[in-house]
Amino acid sequence: MSVLSVRDLGIEYQTTGGGVPAVRGVDLEVDRGEVLGLAGESGCGKSTIAGAILRLLPVKTRITGRIELDGNDILELTPGKLRAVRWTAGSIVFQGAMHAMNPVQRIGEQIMEPILVHGQSGEREARIRAGTLLEQVGLPTRRLDDYPHELSGGQKQRIMIAMALACSPSLIVADEPTTALDVMVQAQVLQLLRTLQHDLGLALLFITHDLSVLVEVADRLAIMYAGKIVEQGGAEAVFHSPAHPYTKALAAAFPAIGDMRFRGRPSGLGGDPPDPQQIPSGCPFHPRCAEVTPACSSVTPELWTAGPARLAACVHVSGAPALEGVSR
Amino acid sequence: MSDPQPEPDVAELGVPVVEVERLEVNFKGRVGFFAGLLGRKGSDAKAVDGVSITLHEGEVLALAGESGCGKTTTARAIMGLLIPDAGTIRYRGEPLARSRRGLRGYRRQVQMVFQDPTAALNPRQTIYEIVAEGLRIHGVPGGPDAKTEDELVARALSRAGLRPPERFYLLYPHELSGGQRQRVVIAGALVVDPSVIVADEPVSNLDASVRGEILALLMKLREEFRISILIVTHDLGLAWTVADRVAVMYLGRVVEVGPAEEVLQRPKHPYTKALLNVVPEAGGTERPILQGEPPDPTRIPKGCRFHPRCPVVASGRAERIGILNRCVGEDLALEELAPGHDVACYLTGLGEEP
Repeated sequence: MSVLSVRDLGIEYQTTGGGVPAVRGVDLEVDRGEVLGLAGESGCGKSTIAGAILRLLPVKTRITGRIELDGNDILELTPGKLRAVRWTAGSIVFQGAMHAMNPVQRIGEQIMEPILVHGQSGEREARIRAGTLLEQVGLPTRRLDDYPHELSGGQKQRIMIAMALACSPSLIVADEPTTALDVMVQAQVLQLLRTLQHDLGLALLFITHDLSVLVEVADRLAIMYAGKIVEQGGAEAVFHSPAHPYTKALAAAFPAIGDMRFRGRPSGLGGDPPDPQQIPSGCPFHPRCAEVTPACSSVTPELWTAGPARLAACVHVSGAPALEGVSR
Repeated sequence: MSDPQPEPDVAELGVPVVEVERLEVNFKGRVGFFAGLLGRKGSDAKAVDGVSITLHEGEVLALAGESGCGKTTTARAIMGLLIPDAGTIRYRGEPLARSRRGLRGYRRQVQMVFQDPTAALNPRQTIYEIVAEGLRIHGVPGGPDAKTEDELVARALSRAGLRPPERFYLLYPHELSGGQRQRVVIAGALVVDPSVIVADEPVSNLDASVRGEILALLMKLREEFRISILIVTHDLGLAWTVADRVAVMYLGRVVEVGPAEEVLQRPKHPYTKALLNVVPEAGGTERPILQGEPPDPTRIPKGCRFHPRCPVVASGRAERIGILNRCVGEDLALEELAPGHDVACYLTGLGEEP
């Protein structure tokens, strides 16, 4: 059974300059014990989805569709019910660990807070639980009495993970959890997330722009562009044989050391992501696409079959309807 | 614009442009006010502790390592942004001047590109003003084929890939995307016709999709104008894409330097190997990852400074092959392993692989 199920999600921010559609019809499914990687450029709507799952977006934001987390219809919950669901059904690990903690409160108290607020146990047991959590994330129990400034960036991110685990949620949303970390520390934190996810059977929604990180941790990948998912499938398959031209460009940004094709030839994607208020007609990617055809500016692609267990929103994939002037 | 130069052959390096020899930079340790009254002293951080590197004409050299290994400090010393405690930096054979006036001519030749383009650009200046600033400091060059400031700014913008340049003149940095901002920073460097660009993590703040474009631009500058480029990076994948040679730093020292193909495909130092292990790749769960935090430059270990984290020491292999005493007790320098490939590790002396 899926822990998280998102159906036809639409999210529009309300600004003085009018509505800004950040997410435009997204379906997602994360099963128990599964890691789904969500990737895309800045502004593609991936963090907005993270915010919507725990209803952390500005109040005025228009959200349509349906989000089901652990059997709760998130968008219909009353504020009280919502508070009960946060931390226990789903929790979130943010990017800037250093800014997500209270600088004048000891680590232990911060980890205990959600446990106490949710009335899961008394003070004594909560402290024991906090100690256990620290050990789970690879830190000694004595660190409970430290203040955040006494920890390094990697250690803080471990604490954030411990906090996210505090109330034993079914789903953890990790929004760029390793982006601000150094390479070696990033590898350590990824290894930790993978181990915990596997041992605890967690569902993990991992959001980042770094496709190479996702390939390491994710079972499945969903690639977003301009508020829509443009490709999804098994992580390795999507990274190593991308079907959508956008995924191809993203994957090419991460060279394999030793592969002479990358040597001296940095490849990138020209142009900028579209303004969400002026999304190009047809396929939103067509102005930047290397494989653009005349049909692309008029046909709006849907997620068509692009191979076994693979979907891609591109007129070139095998499951797309026949179009004039499009070769496959 | 001149014709594109053929890609320089790694084996045949051009003439040395920037030579750094036994560079040392210390940062004074600080203690709190009361501890100071009690006569306590902070311990100095040896950020750079004897680095020697050479940047040749038309070459791309990557300086790689973890945070705190001294790579950025080395770059800043090369720019003359801080005064080294020891060692020399020479530009085309001439030692760097210490005076402001003396440095001015040098800085015209050696330009810097910073990590965060948003922080590097003055938000209240137009793109034209930003790019023209270098010319106002260094003066518009005269001579028979002299150009006006306007022409030079336009040329720099279009060389940095911002075309047509006039369209960008009156824009402000916030009106540009991250990739365009980094192009403006590069145009600001190009406008004074430098022969060296020092780029400190030039793409790590950019989206993965635009990184390639900025790197391609740097490669083009090297090919078209034979600009030498020193790229400071933590990303060995990036080094594989653009660098001719790679120098790997650990705790203030270069521990391995050589042609990119050699260093990245057949690393000889255990630390280089460990760094390569953390380059994300599919199915890479089985590779060992170095544990522990990046080391502390105020407390440099005795012997080989990598030994407390070295897998060769931890696995007991160093003891078995009889180098452990030296690993933990004797400091060591770079030694030539093959022409142009130097390593600082006791394993190489025995012909052992890390």
